[in-house]
Amino acid sequence: MTADENGHPNLTELGYDERSPVAVDEHGHGHEVELPEDPFADPGLEPHRPRATDIDEKVAQKAERQVAALFALSALATIGFMVAYTEVPRTAVVNFFPIGAVSASNFALGMLLGIALFSLGAGAVYWARTLMTDVELTQERHLLESGSEAKAQAVAEFEKGVADSGIKRRPLIRRTLLGALAVLPLPALWVLRDLGPLPGDSLRHTAWKAGELIINDNTVSIDGSTGQGVKPEDITIGTLVQGRPKAALTAGDQYNDLMAKSAILLVRLDPADIKSQQQRDWGYQGIVAFSKICTHVGCPVALYEQQTHHMLCPCHQSTFDLSDGGKVIFGPAARSLPQLPITVDADGYLVAKSDFDQPVGPSFWERG
Amino acid sequence: MTATTPHAAGFGDGTAPSTPAGKAADYLDQRLGIAGAAKKNLRKIFPDHWSFMLGEIALYSFIVLLLSGVFLTLFFTPSMNEVTYNGSYTPLDGIKMSEAYASTVNISFDVRGGLLMRQIHHWAALVFVMAITVHMLRIFFTGAFRKPRELNWLIGFGLFVMALLEGFAGYSLPDDLLSGTGLRIAEGVVLSIPIIGTYVSFFLFGGEFPGHDLVPRLFTIHILLVPGLILALITVHLILVFYQKHTQWAGPGRTNENVVGLPLLPVYIAKAGGFFFLVFGIISLLAGLVSINPIWTYGPYVPNEMTAGSQPDWYIGFLEGSLRMMPNVEFNFIGHTLSLNVLIPALIVPGILFTGLAVYPFIEAWVTGDRREHHILDRPRNVPTRTGIGVAGCTFYGVLWVVGGNDLIATHFHLSLESITWAGRVVVFVGPAFAFWITRRICYGLQRADREKVLHGREAGVIVRSPEGEFSEVHAPISDGDRYRLTAHDVHRPLSIAQAADANGIPAPRLRRAKLRARFTRWYFGTRVEKPSTEEYRESITSGHH
Ligand code: HEM
Ligand code: FES
Repeated sequence: MTADENGHPNLTELGYDERSPVAVDEHGHGHEVELPEDPFADPGLEPHRPRATDIDEKVAQKAERQVAALFALSALATIGFMVAYTEVPRTAVVNFFPIGAVSASNFALGMLLGIALFSLGAGAVYWARTLMTDVELTQERHLLESGSEAKAQAVAEFEKGVADSGIKRRPLIRRTLLGALAVLPLPALWVLRDLGPLPGDSLRHTAWKAGELIINDNTVSIDGSTGQGVKPEDITIGTLVQGRPKAALTAGDQYNDLMAKSAILLVRLDPADIKSQQQRDWGYQGIVAFSKICTHVGCPVALYEQQTHHMLCPCHQSTFDLSDGGKVIFGPAARSLPQLPITVDADGYLVAKSDFDQPVGPSFWERG
Repeated sequence: MTATTPHAAGFGDGTAPSTPAGKAADYLDQRLGIAGAAKKNLRKIFPDHWSFMLGEIALYSFIVLLLSGVFLTLFFTPSMNEVTYNGSYTPLDGIKMSEAYASTVNISFDVRGGLLMRQIHHWAALVFVMAITVHMLRIFFTGAFRKPRELNWLIGFGLFVMALLEGFAGYSLPDDLLSGTGLRIAEGVVLSIPIIGTYVSFFLFGGEFPGHDLVPRLFTIHILLVPGLILALITVHLILVFYQKHTQWAGPGRTNENVVGLPLLPVYIAKAGGFFFLVFGIISLLAGLVSINPIWTYGPYVPNEMTAGSQPDWYIGFLEGSLRMMPNVEFNFIGHTLSLNVLIPALIVPGILFTGLAVYPFIEAWVTGDRREHHILDRPRNVPTRTGIGVAGCTFYGVLWVVGGNDLIATHFHLSLESITWAGRVVVFVGPAFAFWITRRICYGLQRADREKVLHGREAGVIVRSPEGEFSEVHAPISDGDRYRLTAHDVHRPLSIAQAADANGIPAPRLRRAKLRARFTRWYFGTRVEKPSTEEYRESITSGHH
């Protein structure tokens, strides 16, 4: 059995006998109908149905006025925009449901510009839909593929060109050319070398060193240049103190670079709750300091739950147990928060005993 | 040819144009010889359908981005140098911040119309990426990527990736707390790349994070490099659409060898031009009404602060979810660290997803062995396997996206983060498989319904009682046009092994490939709903079956 291009089986091959079929209407009365030979054949473009604007000039004129009104509204809103630009004070605020307080200037400018643009667009679209032709037209579409002759000619032309160049006959030229072209892009990589310094061991060090004073973030002045140290008695059980090295106060332009590795947090735990001796030794009377930089991809951990000693990172919810060496208990981070060994100095302020014993923040290939 | 006067133009055949349009056209044609091209193209026919407007929305929002972006460049300072704020937004008074952040606050409060432009720019960015995405799904589900349009699919894919990059770069420019945190995450992701990650990160940031180079570099990328590439690709994309002519839906009078629709001049000029203003207008209204990215409330970027519950722009959400869901596996060996907990969710999973998207047309062509040119779109139901794959892909993406907001879900619905994350880990695998299965079934069901409609007409909504007392619904016959529309598609059959191998004598390695290919086509087309045959149709008409 063969089928036509739509996959409909061929009738005559099926031995179909062309009797006049009978259709039955809704009421069950049979009557004769003409059935086309192929009931699935393309009946051709449906006849155009005229719109109200096509047959009634009054309706068309009304549509014309509507389009014109939209264009006029657009022009008015454009002028309104320019007026609002100068007349609405920058600091005024309007307040309305459900959006709340918004800048009056932004509101006025946005609405007027929006109306100017929208009504221009609406007018054009409405014009196209009501007054411009909607008689569907058909254009031929030629398959994109060229004939095999044209293709053969194109290939022949190409080969003639190649033959004229002699590139096939002269392998020495061909090979040196390919070689030269192959190495030519390398300088594009070469010249990128000075985009940045090599990492060296910079990711292994922070601004902490023996005796570095811990500054309480809450005491730092607004310009970041002064701040006070922390005494053990300032930290009660359950409170969280965020800290930075004293060097941060004078870091100037390097402040963010410094803080990206050196931000810490301090909590006081009941020494009995601390799970390891090393953690107790690196703390001071139950006060322990941890890196604030999440070991997942580097967000600052922030949410402390004092009952459980859990520290949560707001980015992807890695949760660290501060009573258990900063161990990961949930989330995508794979490593504990590094602990900063601390002690007190001669004046009774908390200071670092040394730098972190490992790189802080996200993992990297050379970290080991 | 005889010249009338020594200065006569052109052919001097005495048919000098008299209308202004004619004169202008004559002027141009004498210099460019464009009459031929204009004659052919001014009244070029374009088919119409609402889903063909999605690409237009993408194009128009890109133009809006260009316009508003140029305005922003006039006031934005791409610098990470530290300044002390003393503008009119008093809560930030005296605070140290980067010039980038300070200038963005200034644009918002001290440049009239500046906030509007920022909000137009940001809203347009969201609309742009959304429109590209939905447009791409439209192309996928209707099979518009099939031969001869595979190359344009690749160009479109390139545009999609570039739009995501462009959006991320732009989002990062203001150097506020949220965008800076986004960059910190990006740094962590780059660091997770084996062997070269640390070096790439140092070259990108000009040293350690955050450094002072990134915002200026992103600025160049954001306003020159990527928009330039996008513009170039859009141009080629549209030239191809024009040259290959738009696809159309099956219907009476519409064949693979014609285009049915309305002429470019005037209808599409008016509709498309008008539509540009509609898109621009709606974006402006949004920007006037709905605040977006109020960076002054976040504060400048500092590496040691972060607010909970903050979310990136929507198109980055799936990466967030992917990162959040991943179990924390990391390996250490001979002095090296392999952070699979970051590498897999942030680079490998999107890599696979995007590669699959890019090469899908070629895979489908190989599986189906279909080498014909297609200019008639598929209804998604008529290609159930493709539709199933598409819905499965969307489900996968959707699960990642939803888990990206797991903290918000946890607080809104009082669920534990753990349970959401675990549910996500399961659903991300089970969900797509289920979606594939159910989608295919729905497609087959819809095809059967179409078949019914062809054979027995559509339900007319009238119940009649027969003389025997039976109730039945009246079926009204469908029009010739509808019958054609519902049966114009191909019902594909799996390839035999011989067809799959394209050859008579099959050497062994090719035989294995051919077997694989035949197996794939069986999976693709194994279950079919056949179209009614002429015989069945006549049978149903003559018997008056309801
Ligand atoms: C291809 C599409 C583009 C996308 C998706 C995009 C996206 C964005 C986004 C999300 C922002 C952050 C805006 C904020 O909320 O503050 C932004 C900022 C910016 N964009 Fe674009 N943009 C695009 C094209 C352009 C172009 C072509 C230009 C200029 C020629 C430009 C210039 C700027 C400038 C100067 C800023 C920073 C100023 C500010 O944030 O207020 N953008 N962009
Ligand atoms: S950065 Fe902390 S969980 Fe991802």
